[in-house]
Amino acid sequence: MSGLVAQRITFSQALVKTSRWWPVALIAMFVAAAIFAPLIAPYDPNAQNLVGRLKPPGTVSRTFHYWLGSDELGRDVLSRIIYGARISLTVAFASVILSGAVGVCLGMMAGYRRGWVEMVIMRVVDVFLSIPAILLAIITVAVLGPSLLNVILVLVLTRWPRYARVAYGQTLAVANMPYVRLSAFMGASATRVLLRHVLPNIIGAITVVATLEFGLMVLFEAGLSFLGLGVQPPTASWGAILSVGRNYLANAWWIATLPGACLFLLVLAINLIGDFVRDYLDPRIH
Amino acid sequence: MWPFLLRRVGQALVTMFGVATLIFFIQRLTGDPTYLLVPETATREDIAALRHSLGFDRPLVVQYLEFLANLVRFDLGRSIVQNVPVVTIIASRLPYTLALAAGALVVACGLGIPIGILLAQFRDRPIAKVATGFVLAAQSMPTFWSGILLILVFAIALGWLPPSSSGDFSHLILPSVTLGLLSMATFARITRTSLLDELSKDYVRTARARGVRTSRLLWRHVARNAAIPVITVAALEISNLLAGAVIVETVFAWPGLGQVTVQSILARDFLIVQGVVLLGSFVTVALNLLADILYSVVDPRIRLEVAR
Repeated sequence: MSGLVAQRITFSQALVKTSRWWPVALIAMFVAAAIFAPLIAPYDPNAQNLVGRLKPPGTVSRTFHYWLGSDELGRDVLSRIIYGARISLTVAFASVILSGAVGVCLGMMAGYRRGWVEMVIMRVVDVFLSIPAILLAIITVAVLGPSLLNVILVLVLTRWPRYARVAYGQTLAVANMPYVRLSAFMGASATRVLLRHVLPNIIGAITVVATLEFGLMVLFEAGLSFLGLGVQPPTASWGAILSVGRNYLANAWWIATLPGACLFLLVLAINLIGDFVRDYLDPRIH
Repeated sequence: MWPFLLRRVGQALVTMFGVATLIFFIQRLTGDPTYLLVPETATREDIAALRHSLGFDRPLVVQYLEFLANLVRFDLGRSIVQNVPVVTIIASRLPYTLALAAGALVVACGLGIPIGILLAQFRDRPIAKVATGFVLAAQSMPTFWSGILLILVFAIALGWLPPSSSGDFSHLILPSVTLGLLSMATFARITRTSLLDELSKDYVRTARARGVRTSRLLWRHVARNAAIPVITVAALEISNLLAGAVIVETVFAWPGLGQVTVQSILARDFLIVQGVVLLGSFVTVALNLLADILYSVVDPRIRLEVAR
């Protein structure tokens, strides 16, 4: 860094500068595919064509042209992948936003109220974090039964402590700043202090966690679907397509590998952006 | 040392108690846990009989206390489907999961630590960029995909290794690599960070100024200090490996705890699921405790801070 004063560059400038636009483009592409799935997908993802089962990419069978091959029921893999993006992104968005909201509220409360509120909340956080996340998710799905809504619920239940811990640590630091204490002294309610003064200060750290969590949630949803505990068939989900494709590896490699490749690219792009957001928001770097 | 140790062990016990409580109540999220244990074809009378025989018709407090009491005696109940104690089933599957986790740890350390050193030593060279890319890719790869790719290449295309199930040592290679690649990234990152931290310290500069050769400096002085965070991360990473085994075992039909858990969910044999989750959580708590103790042994400042 040159000069004594660090120059702040805008987010978009920095993105272009470091030529990290491609992860953004990739994510935009997946989001577009998810939103406009009915317009983009060449066929109905559940339309079967039993004559054209397990056909390799590029095959034409009856009215179908299988760009990425067909699966064990003659369904178009490309269409299923495009619709699968919907499930992945919906689950990830919903679970990150909900678990973030729950975790941040509880974390801020623990950090601001202190005393027994702090003790109870943070002990519960410790307990949640000491159960391996995938196991907690599995046992909860086993109880609630697999469905789209339950997968989101389970991920919220499993992941809120992450945000709570970060929000708690950050709030502890901010709540002691003179202007925050003055605000409380002048009669501002706890809600007002937390929303007006604490939240804007800690939102950066929360964003970093949320970005990395987003990638994890995509993987979690796919993992649960792979185990048969996620969205149920015939709904297309990347993890579920992959799981079925595993049985046809020897003669139809495309079923399992292609949705996996999408998953990998999406998570890789999210992780790259996550690293970038962390660097950008880390005050020590500027 | 003792006050720190006692305090930390006490904390771990409280956490374990909390874990048991949480799992007890998760089972009752839908009200009656009997429904988790019966096949879908069961009649109303079957369900009522089972509910009574398992004691689920008693007050919640009584059930809870009995659950805790059984847990202290290592009694996890009997599998409804197989009619065998859950502990027996877990004991028969545990060696497979441990072998897989050990294999994965070897892969993770064996690849991760050298890559971490490489990243620290050649920070701005092209080779570090390549290695960073590799680490990032490994981190973003879901194990059920990387496992399938490995099967396609090494089992189906090349025919060098068996694609799945257990047997001799060759069956362990692909699952270990699959599981290990994910942790490899963690080891590479922590090795890099801790080496760079250590290299920027004053004693390193002094040693350099006095003409100590780089290789000697690295191995005699820096490696020891930099190893501390790596060792503690290894303790924490073991619990991640055990949890990751759930998916990897399913990919490779490896007969460990993960496979039996997934099978038990589908067979509605809930007590096995509960047993594995409890075991996994307790092991995690114990490993966290171990990591803290290890850390405090090598760095006394930590236990002073906690004891205060």
